[in-house]
Amino acid sequence: MFYIFCPYCKEHREEEEFHARGQAHLMRPADPDNTTDEEWGDYLFFRNNPRGIHHEMWVHSVGCRKFFNITRNTVTYEILETYPMGEQPTITADIPSVRHEQGVQAADGGWQTVGARPESKALNEETSS
Amino acid sequence: MTQNNRIAAGGRVDRSQVLEFTFNGQRYQGLKGDTLASALLANGVNIVNRSFKYSRARGIVAAGAEEPNAVVQLGARDDTQVPNVRATQQGLYNGLVARSTNGWPNVQRDVMSWVGRLGGGFMPPGFYYKTFMAPASMWMTYEKYIRMGAGLGRAPTESDPDIYDHMHHHCDVMVIGAGPAGLAAALSAARAGARVILCDEQEEMGGSLLDSRETLDGVSASRWVEQTVKELGAMDNVTLLPRTTANGYHDHNFVTLHERRTEHLADTAREAGFPGESRARLHRVRARQVILSSGTHERPLVYANNDLPGNMLAGAISTYIRRYAVVPGNSLVLSTSNDHAYRTALDWKEAGRKVVAIVDARANPDSDLVRQARDNGIRVITGSAVIEARGGQRVTGARVCAIDLDRFVVTGKIEELECDTIASSGGYSPVIHLSSHTGTRPVWNEELLGFVPGKVKGMHAAGGVAGHYALSETLADGARAGRQAALESGFNDAQEIVLPATRARRDAPACALYQVPHEKSALRAPKQFVDLQNDVTAAGIEVATREGFESIEHVKRYTALGFGTDQGKLGNINGMAIAARCLDRSIPEVGTTVFRPNYTPVTFGAIVGRHCGELFDPERYTALHEWHVENGAEFEDVGQWKRPWYFPRMVNGKKETMHEAVARECLAVREGVGILDASTLGKIDIQGPDAREFLGRVYTNKWAKLDVGRVRYGLMCKDDGMLMDDGTTSCLGENHFLMTTTTGGAAGVLEWLELWHQTEWPELQVYFNSVTDHWATMTVTGPDARKLLSELTDLDLDKEQFKFMDWRDATVADVPARIFRISFTGELAFEINVQANYAMHVWKKLFEHGEKYNLTPYGTETMHVLRAEKGLIIVGQDTDGSVTPEDLGMQWAIGYDKPFPWIGKRALSRPDTRRQDRKQFVGLKPKDPSVVLEEGAQIVFDGKQSIPMDMKGHVTSSYYSASLKHGFALAVVMGGHERMGQTVYIPMTDGTVHEAEIVSPVFIDPKGARQHV
Amino acid sequence: MSNLSVSNVREFNTQPEGNPLVESPLAWSYRHHPAPRGNGQHAGVVLREKALLGHLVLRGGAIALDEAVRQTLGISLPSKPNALAFDDNGERSIQWISPDEWLVIVPGGEEFALESALRKALGDAHASIVNASGGQTVLTLSGDNAREVLMKSTSYDVHPSAFPVGKGVTTVFAKATVILRRPSETHWELVVRRSFADYCYRWLLDASAEYGIDTQ
Repeated sequence: MFYIFCPYCKEHREEEEFHARGQAHLMRPADPDNTTDEEWGDYLFFRNNPRGIHHEMWVHSVGCRKFFNITRNTVTYEILETYPMGEQPTITADIPSVRHEQGVQAADGGWQTVGARPESKALNEETSS
Repeated sequence: MTQNNRIAAGGRVDRSQVLEFTFNGQRYQGLKGDTLASALLANGVNIVNRSFKYSRARGIVAAGAEEPNAVVQLGARDDTQVPNVRATQQGLYNGLVARSTNGWPNVQRDVMSWVGRLGGGFMPPGFYYKTFMAPASMWMTYEKYIRMGAGLGRAPTESDPDIYDHMHHHCDVMVIGAGPAGLAAALSAARAGARVILCDEQEEMGGSLLDSRETLDGVSASRWVEQTVKELGAMDNVTLLPRTTANGYHDHNFVTLHERRTEHLADTAREAGFPGESRARLHRVRARQVILSSGTHERPLVYANNDLPGNMLAGAISTYIRRYAVVPGNSLVLSTSNDHAYRTALDWKEAGRKVVAIVDARANPDSDLVRQARDNGIRVITGSAVIEARGGQRVTGARVCAIDLDRFVVTGKIEELECDTIASSGGYSPVIHLSSHTGTRPVWNEELLGFVPGKVKGMHAAGGVAGHYALSETLADGARAGRQAALESGFNDAQEIVLPATRARRDAPACALYQVPHEKSALRAPKQFVDLQNDVTAAGIEVATREGFESIEHVKRYTALGFGTDQGKLGNINGMAIAARCLDRSIPEVGTTVFRPNYTPVTFGAIVGRHCGELFDPERYTALHEWHVENGAEFEDVGQWKRPWYFPRMVNGKKETMHEAVARECLAVREGVGILDASTLGKIDIQGPDAREFLGRVYTNKWAKLDVGRVRYGLMCKDDGMLMDDGTTSCLGENHFLMTTTTGGAAGVLEWLELWHQTEWPELQVYFNSVTDHWATMTVTGPDARKLLSELTDLDLDKEQFKFMDWRDATVADVPARIFRISFTGELAFEINVQANYAMHVWKKLFEHGEKYNLTPYGTETMHVLRAEKGLIIVGQDTDGSVTPEDLGMQWAIGYDKPFPWIGKRALSRPDTRRQDRKQFVGLKPKDPSVVLEEGAQIVFDGKQSIPMDMKGHVTSSYYSASLKHGFALAVVMGGHERMGQTVYIPMTDGTVHEAEIVSPVFIDPKGARQHV
Repeated sequence: MSNLSVSNVREFNTQPEGNPLVESPLAWSYRHHPAPRGNGQHAGVVLREKALLGHLVLRGGAIALDEAVRQTLGISLPSKPNALAFDDNGERSIQWISPDEWLVIVPGGEEFALESALRKALGDAHASIVNASGGQTVLTLSGDNAREVLMKSTSYDVHPSAFPVGKGVTTVFAKATVILRRPSETHWELVVRRSFADYCYRWLLDASAEYGIDTQ
């Protein structure tokens, strides 16, 4: 059960007030008629599934009914920020300090501190890319 | 039987209140303040269960949640049965009835025990997997017999007379465990002003302080507990929850607590004197900060026959003596790796029973407690351990030998000591289960020889669970954590509190001892149990590692270590240590398995709460619900709505069947006039200068030229081109539209519109609001509809003035109404909308005037038949998320030349959506007119082919038509639009094969003349 | 009865001129689920309905709406999230629902005139006003145990420190949705949807049973 800060209601609310609506920042091609089948298929069906930092769209369905975005760690489930539609995240997997602090591998297979030997520095270094 | 093991004085039991109870059919007496376990021990009951796999006799081992054996079935009657109750956590009450969960016909003489006696060779780890592996289809049969033998408790077969409920909480600081650390933490945080919840799973708060030999401020520790609980209880910002187990620790500091409210008092809340109150309550707590002060579980040593009744945890024995005034035996041998367990020997001696010896694994232990034991004349054997327990139904002796831990062998001569009780202590395992629920990995602490909680955001581990075992440290750590939590919750002036003074004690370090070596190898020695509840032995783990299971997660699954309701409370660390030894690795390298919620079993009733019976799910009613009930409607669930399904009448003293009622209702609409409560349809008010543009983007068809006063049917697709909803939309004003949706789609469509507005086209000036509940909708339909309505309305219903697909404002029965000339039946129809509070008035007036026209109320079933006769789809029944408008033959509703690339358009030109062999919407006319095809039945082109047949489509809707006097169906068939007139086959599971002809889906009035009259 | 206003929106007065039967969403519930009879003991929970009020949903920009609301209702538009404001005699309220949505509740019968006046005051500003009076009703909850009943029903924090007077939120109530508001120290209000009203009512009777409930 997440506890989610709604950027419009300006307070934390229980997860049961929200619905998750998948990956954030999907762009509908501006000119669908002139996209290739492959491009259109990518837009319709292909989504990221990163281990670590992920940006998701949620809607405060039992509440203000507004859509917004969440930056969430898919391993620890920690919510790092929420921000209104139209804004960009301030925390991304590309920021080295975030990767280090969050201690999980980003999409390219970086850091790893979960597993049998959580405190093992050697393990982390072994799997670093 | 008398309470032979009860001590004359001391303890926290009330000797003036004698309670009667029954265990396995035998009557016993206990005292107020007992747990079921302490009362059984007071009565000298040795065997409380048979073990799960080997059916060995088992006795009580522990005094708390970690008890693996004394798991009982509680309840005097069949409707009050509760399985999986730990006797150590069950408060004793008068009239309590409990039985062992395992063992048939009884625990003393068990028919399954031959399996166990024949030895481990017959049942190695993985026994069930290996023996009952093939054929897979027989597993269910095997399992039934395995379970009968194992007996894992049974669910009640009658409805529970009690209720259970939920309560939601928010707090600054949630303190889990009211031992010394928890009490100090709660006090610190509460005095700072924080909202504090303090829960504890035991009957009384205080934890280890309730049976401590130590003093606080010079008086007994339990006195300080009383004072502290009293102070906390008097504070407005504190909620105390005794008898409440924190069972799950979930994301973002969400903790579920299970409070036992009356189950310690009687079988039911009513018998307990609290009729109507919940028996148990699930508290759902959202905490800013969590203080985990769950303490430790003592770790038993793993030696041969360590499961015989009479083998107990050292600390548990102290608890029984000091708290319950029960000494569970006569002569004691204590086997320990640490100082702390020495107090058990001292307690035992003070209780007036014989201490045979303390066997200490350490070579030269020297500390205050060791001296105290020696000063009391207790024999201390050093550098040694109990390597094997002797006995049959109960311990009769202990085999003791010097051991060499480095080489893992026994050295020297084995001494046999006579005793009936062996206490063991291998140190303490922090109770890290809850922190593990969050997904964090525990961290091995070499100094403590145990795992401590990993880091969890907003969690503070305090006291024993964090590795602070000395009382002064535990208190200080709790106070520190409480203050820290208050500070982090924003109570910036949280002060340090003054803690009670403890007496300093000099302790010696413990040694690392898990499995005790035996003179024989683990595989040949008598069984050395690691996990008593799941019958996992040291030999079993050794075999598992030998067979190549190196990951502790695999060892766990192969051996069942830490499974079930036990969740490895006593066995996990020992199991890991043994695996580590076998694999020649360190314990942290082997790692630990994950503990999952729930910490102890939670009754289903508490999980369900009041969301059961009539409150299971919301039932949504229309404004006309009462009329439907009074007029005998049968109801159908549509989403959460209760909709009239059909209205059976009494005919010749017999109630009509659904078939009869629906046939009558259908004919009434086709030949006279019928009325439907259509209030459940979703209704969305759309306002704004860009409303029309928006509609053009979300619907497949055109909206640019819909005039005020007109209505149009629209199809809504997702961007993959598949139909998601349909309905009519009316132009109320140039900037004002009213959209209707399907009943089930109402919420989804509104969210869909918001989604596109908020995320893709925020520049469009338009607002959407649900008005579903504001309007009640009554559909008056049939050839006589105009005649009836004209009696009640001021509107000119002339067909030229008020055309098909027009809407008008009017009054009906003197109530302002908005009337739509739209039809879902194919007949002349008027949909009358009035503000819902006036709906009953209008509905009743329609019936007053409708009597002479035989106005017939009809329900959803008739509605379905009527619309199907007209080939009108129901989204979700005739479509399933893989159907395009073209598949439905609705090219007329697709505006390919609209300027904006509307939702779904691009996908309709993908190769897959252009395939000629897509499943297409058609009608089916069974060759035998009496046949009504089964909805969902598969359609094939060749009825004589062998199985598996080549499936070419399926029936989506099928009814008997009273108008046509034959069965008919709607279906989707591959390339169906090109197959008109062809015969298809519908094979049924009973072997019959129906034949049907592919026809147009419009069975009645294909030109649509009837609705235009 | 209806007219097409300057903003090209169809207004519609749902109030009849005569006196036809009118029923609150709870009419069925009162007849079919009578509250447990008090045994003369003190009721910990008092439940009342404020039936047949006028409910309008306002959507639009805060600045334009604020001016229109002040002109017509004499109340400032609450601009802070989850805020609830009343007029001087406490009969008319306006509540923040979302950054572009407010709920106005006025005595029954006032809603149509108010809707027209608001639309007139709004002029060309882009806004929408929707009459929801038939679609929802207001329940009030008071008594010593009202807060416990709410704690059994909603996961929203109803502690006075988190839910002061003048606050209102849309949230989960049992398995339904309500607007929960605190008009005074002693009273809570629940704005419930018509079709869920019976469920909410039955839930409240059940949750209040252990404290005793007064519904008269």
